[in-house]
Amino acid sequence: MAIKTEPFILNMGPQHPSTHGVFRMRVTLDGEVIVGLEPVIGYLHRGIEKLAEGRTYIQNMPFTDRLDYVTSMTNNLAYAMAVEKLAGIKVPERAEYFRVVIAEMMRISSHLMGVGFFLNDLGAMMTPVLYMWREREKIVDLFEMLCGQRLTYNYMRFGGVSQDVPEEFWPALKRFVAEMPKFIDEYEQLLSLNEILLARTKGVGILPSDMAVKSEPAGQCCEPAVLSGTCVALTHILSMTDLISMSRWGALGTAMTDTW
Amino acid sequence: MTVALKGEDVAKKLGEVFPGAVVASDKVVVVVDSQHLYKVAEYLKNTTGFEFDYLANLAAVDYVDYFEVVYHLTSLKNNHSLVLKTRCYGREKLTVPSVYSLWQTADYQEREAFDLMGITFTGHPNLKRLFLWEGFEGHPQRRDYL
Repeated sequence: MAIKTEPFILNMGPQHPSTHGVFRMRVTLDGEVIVGLEPVIGYLHRGIEKLAEGRTYIQNMPFTDRLDYVTSMTNNLAYAMAVEKLAGIKVPERAEYFRVVIAEMMRISSHLMGVGFFLNDLGAMMTPVLYMWREREKIVDLFEMLCGQRLTYNYMRFGGVSQDVPEEFWPALKRFVAEMPKFIDEYEQLLSLNEILLARTKGVGILPSDMAVKSEPAGQCCEPAVLSGTCVALTHILSMTDLISMSRWGALGTAMTDTW
Repeated sequence: MTVALKGEDVAKKLGEVFPGAVVASDKVVVVVDSQHLYKVAEYLKNTTGFEFDYLANLAAVDYVDYFEVVYHLTSLKNNHSLVLKTRCYGREKLTVPSVYSLWQTADYQEREAFDLMGITFTGHPNLKRLFLWEGFEGHPQRRDYL
């Protein structure tokens, strides 16, 4: 006998501001099935654009670190490039290449955190994220050599970077680049056939490619869906044609392809 | 690498199809009259050679004399991009046609511009404040909001 149920609205969140993804969901439930969901955002809007209005261009650089503090270098870079474009500043080739090197290191670091915290959210509290942290730490060490900071770097300047690369940077970077593939193999070994991970990610959170184009997520959310220009943002802003990041794609974007 | 189409070239083409629609153009940008905005956007989305299927960003800027709404368009098929703009004058009763029906992503971004800049997007299916609560007075991202 079917049990008659009335849809009802349940309020989820907002979570505490120190948790990531602070927002509230108004969920419409029919029994245990979610039939409607309205996200309510805005709990962490910091009005940085407004703060920037009353400051000089260079004074805004540290704000960009805080836009997304796990990708601060790249945020620095985007802002520096925007101002350079406005002011018509030509960046020396060496600085341009060097910026790409650190932007790529930042990307690796950010992806490590992304994968680590994703597993945290799936319920594997802290263990996987600490494996990821091990390598992220090396990148952070490299950045510390550059600017003395480990989270909010404030390293980019209009026309280049704040100071030249110290001698010890290059050997440490080379060591990291040589070691990293081995660690990626290790992550894969630990995770890609993990039964719990598979059970929780396979076939859920499907983002068909037509919807991905229509609703237009960016970056990683977009990557698994069929998109020819996934790295639109980066390739668009960096002036070098010979440094184009690779992207992976599949016929369907799922939480699983999103992870790998 | 995504090729940025020249505003001037696109403006020329648009001028032929929609006489009087283009207000200004330069190397980067095409500015169209807000009356023509929807038709122009629809044309840019559906015409072979342009096919802008991806609205990367929608933003509003307060230039004190007028407001500008900026559309960063990308074509994933042709791997090119364009910056389209429209202007609305005055401080009150600002309206711009919504492009939600063309690019779904305009949903939140138009709501953001409505919330923080006070621009009404006509035809938006759910135009209410995005960040601030209903009943909040003013639009905090405007230049005259202190």
